[in-house]
Amino acid sequence: MAGIFQRMSMIFRAKADKTLDKYEDPRETLDYSYQRQLELLQKVRRGVADVATSRKRIELQANGLSSQADKLTSQAQKALEVGREDLAREALTRRSGIQQQLTDLQAQHAQLQGEEEKLVRASQRLQAKVDAFRTKKETIKATYSAAEAQTRIGEAFTGISEEMGDVGLAVQRAEDKTAQLQARAGAIDELLASGALDDPTGTSKDDITLELEQLASTSDVENELSRMKASIGGGPAGGTQAIGGASSPAIEAQPTSQAPTTAGGFQQPAGSTQPNAGDLR
Amino acid sequence: MIVRILGEGQWEVPDTELERLNALDDQVEQAVVGSDEDQLALALSELLSEVREVGTPVPDEQLADSDLILPDAGSSLADVEALLAESSDGLIPG
Repeated sequence: MAGIFQRMSMIFRAKADKTLDKYEDPRETLDYSYQRQLELLQKVRRGVADVATSRKRIELQANGLSSQADKLTSQAQKALEVGREDLAREALTRRSGIQQQLTDLQAQHAQLQGEEEKLVRASQRLQAKVDAFRTKKETIKATYSAAEAQTRIGEAFTGISEEMGDVGLAVQRAEDKTAQLQARAGAIDELLASGALDDPTGTSKDDITLELEQLASTSDVENELSRMKASIGGGPAGGTQAIGGASSPAIEAQPTSQAPTTAGGFQQPAGSTQPNAGDLR
Repeated sequence: MIVRILGEGQWEVPDTELERLNALDDQVEQAVVGSDEDQLALALSELLSEVREVGTPVPDEQLADSDLILPDAGSSLADVEALLAESSDGLIPG
């Protein structure tokens, strides 16, 4: 089996030989390489932690997008209830943009999870091989003179350099991938910040929410007007009570009971989707 | 012979399987030479599953050089070419 894959193993080996040629006393080479191995182990573990952090960030973002999508669905529902198909359509259009982002995120999540598993395995393999190398190294150093060690040293390096090359590549790739995702994650964070993330102050509202609230308050005004008209047309007793606000439950019931079902529903402490609707599509 | 799949580890593959692996190896090589990304993905994944199937995993604590090193399944043409490039000094750490 000749060809490119033999070439590839030769490239890995040539790399290892270069390291071997560095020191006059081959026993120093062993120590030097062992140090490098420990450093690489540290690096892989950091790599695992970095990938895990990125994965968790993506999970948070997916949750954010998902609740944003839910919110848009209920907005569409409410808009339809008050006969505003245009608003409902707008909400659903935004929702489909969000859904797209969510699908992308899920794919990235799966990718990262794969990388993470691979790195964890790589770090276990490397740890086992580094331990085996240390045993060999100590034996060689304790048993052989510098001259004798020379012949043993190739054996000690067997496998470990190749493993280091492989693990080094894996870490590098994971780093590249997380860096790429970081950039995208930043964009989604912005989207979420300007969008439907919970806003505890309730001060910023998206345009759909604002419009739905406006509709609700318009109908409140209409209700109030017709109530006033009715009270003027009807007996004076009912009128004074209602305008004076001296709570006759029967009359008060009308405006107040209407508010919670309409306005109350829309005033969720949701943030705003604001004019970045274009970004979502 | 010992075969390494990058990012996955090493397998001890019986010499009796070499002929089958050789055929798959040729397909991968053709894909690389012909710059055919789809064929590379297909041939590579076949080759890798064959290695995993007929091979026995080399124990973690065993130190052994590989006779062959295979790129991992997701490798693109560019990845494979980069691995083979003379400037691989920078690519392969260690």
